Amino acid sequence: MMLRKIVSALFVGACAISVVLALVPLAFVLFFVVSQGVQSLNVDFFLHNPRPVGEVGGGMANAIVGTLMLTGLAGGMAVPIGILSGVYLSEYRGSRFASAVRFAADTMNGVPSIVVGVFAYAAVVLPLGHFSTLAGGFALGVMMIPIITRTTEELLLLVPNALREGALALGATRARAVFTVIVPAALPGIITGVVLALARVAGETAPLLFTSFNNAFFSTSLTQPISSITVQVFTYAISPYEDWHRQAWAGALVLVTIVLMCSMAARLAAARVMRVRGQ
Amino acid sequence: MRSTDLGFRVGIGIFAAALLLIVVAIGLSLANDSSQSLQRFGLNFWRTSDWNPVAGEFGALPFIWGTLYSSALALLIATPVSLGIAVFISELCPAFLRTPLIFLTELLAAIPSIVYGLWGIFVLVPAVRVVEASMPDGVRELPFFSGPPFGVGMLAAALILAVMVVPFTSAVAREVLKTVPMTQREAAYALGATRFEAIRAAMFFARTGIIGAVMLGFGRALGETMAVTMVIGNNPQVSLSLFAPQYTMAAVLANEFTEAANALYLSALIEIGLVLFIITLAVNALSRGLIWSMAQS
Repeated sequence: MMLRKIVSALFVGACAISVVLALVPLAFVLFFVVSQGVQSLNVDFFLHNPRPVGEVGGGMANAIVGTLMLTGLAGGMAVPIGILSGVYLSEYRGSRFASAVRFAADTMNGVPSIVVGVFAYAAVVLPLGHFSTLAGGFALGVMMIPIITRTTEELLLLVPNALREGALALGATRARAVFTVIVPAALPGIITGVVLALARVAGETAPLLFTSFNNAFFSTSLTQPISSITVQVFTYAISPYEDWHRQAWAGALVLVTIVLMCSMAARLAAARVMRVRGQ
Repeated sequence: MRSTDLGFRVGIGIFAAALLLIVVAIGLSLANDSSQSLQRFGLNFWRTSDWNPVAGEFGALPFIWGTLYSSALALLIATPVSLGIAVFISELCPAFLRTPLIFLTELLAAIPSIVYGLWGIFVLVPAVRVVEASMPDGVRELPFFSGPPFGVGMLAAALILAVMVVPFTSAVAREVLKTVPMTQREAAYALGATRFEAIRAAMFFARTGIIGAVMLGFGRALGETMAVTMVIGNNPQVSLSLFAPQYTMAAVLANEFTEAANALYLSALIEIGLVLFIITLAVNALSRGLIWSMAQS
């Protein structure tokens, strides 16, 4: 009996330790990003373009604009497709087609981001003949679609069926019931999901390496290569220059801040929804 | 069905069909664009390990080896930790800790890969180098620990991959444990089981789903690109040594894709992408299947 109790206590201890084991790297990463990043982050970082090697200073203004444009394009492509296919999955959930689409969404979610980059290269870069903002936005959009689809589906399933039945009983068409009753009821959650998806693709590097490529200059052209924070951080990180390393840490801090703020906002929004439901 | 309802169904169905279309398009375009390499080298592409594009030698064995080896090592580290976390959060921890812990593990998944890579280059790799250099000579004789201590290499890659996989595996394992009926644990406790024995019973009940969760983590590790590229050393060789700089499929794509100077080189790289796509597809399908069959029963 004693032995079994000891084994049990050891097991509980091991589980607690594994939580600590996972949180240690998290703390380490955040600590270094914040401490190194804060030293290097200044107003210039947001206002200036990169300077050539040897010239101290400069920033990532072009990369920040680039990331905004890329995620904007991705959102413009993925939000309509993602939300409408999410609606389809929840409205016609029993059908065989819905199962196939659901499977496709999960599959897409698991496709490595670098493979999405290769696909975007074949689908957009080759036909256009050169790297472009459009290609990068397309790659990020492909990554966003399954995330939004599945989030939308899950949130729509939480909407009480009585709402749908009420709308249909009043003579609403299916489309009207969906767009004026069901989707609005789940809208706060869907928006949260979209924000999280945007934050996630804003942190992607691999799909951009050979789609939007990089650009040392300020550009807002859709058909030219464009810089992004992530690719710029990569370029700086693997360079041999101290000053560029500092810039990389500053970029990392900006990325992590974006991600943290979005996750917190999502958490708060989720908590509020729970409270409202609880009342 | 009213005709407007049919129109609605078809209308949004087109958007849903876009997802299917994209998955098919990914497979077809990769297969199409790698045809030159597929025809020229056939299976030898994956059997030989000389990668020298300038000389026209394309042997991709080191890449698939590096991908599988690093992911397997990462899994070895991440699986016990992830299951421990899942059990702790869903079975053991006090209710007030649950939400913050879930938030923190989700944060681990939310940190961009490039940030892990940056941290890997400047913090993890130097630390790994110190550990490697301090290995006693007797240990260095073993094939797993042979070679000079570079810091960059298989060990650093496996460690960083493990950190990145943990949140995915633990989140799914937690969901799976949630589906185990309370009666399973209550029955075990009623028979006088200790906490460990009751949880073991619950985990045994959920084993299909847990294997699915581990597979999902494996799929993540296989495709992870930036962090691995930055710490694995990017040297195409097949070696058992954890200290050896090696290479993965995703990393060679990230590094060499924009440098591919001729059509054959590009085609060879796209073939690596195609095989990576097929492997992750198979692993993910298997994992989803296991998790779904668990959720259904």
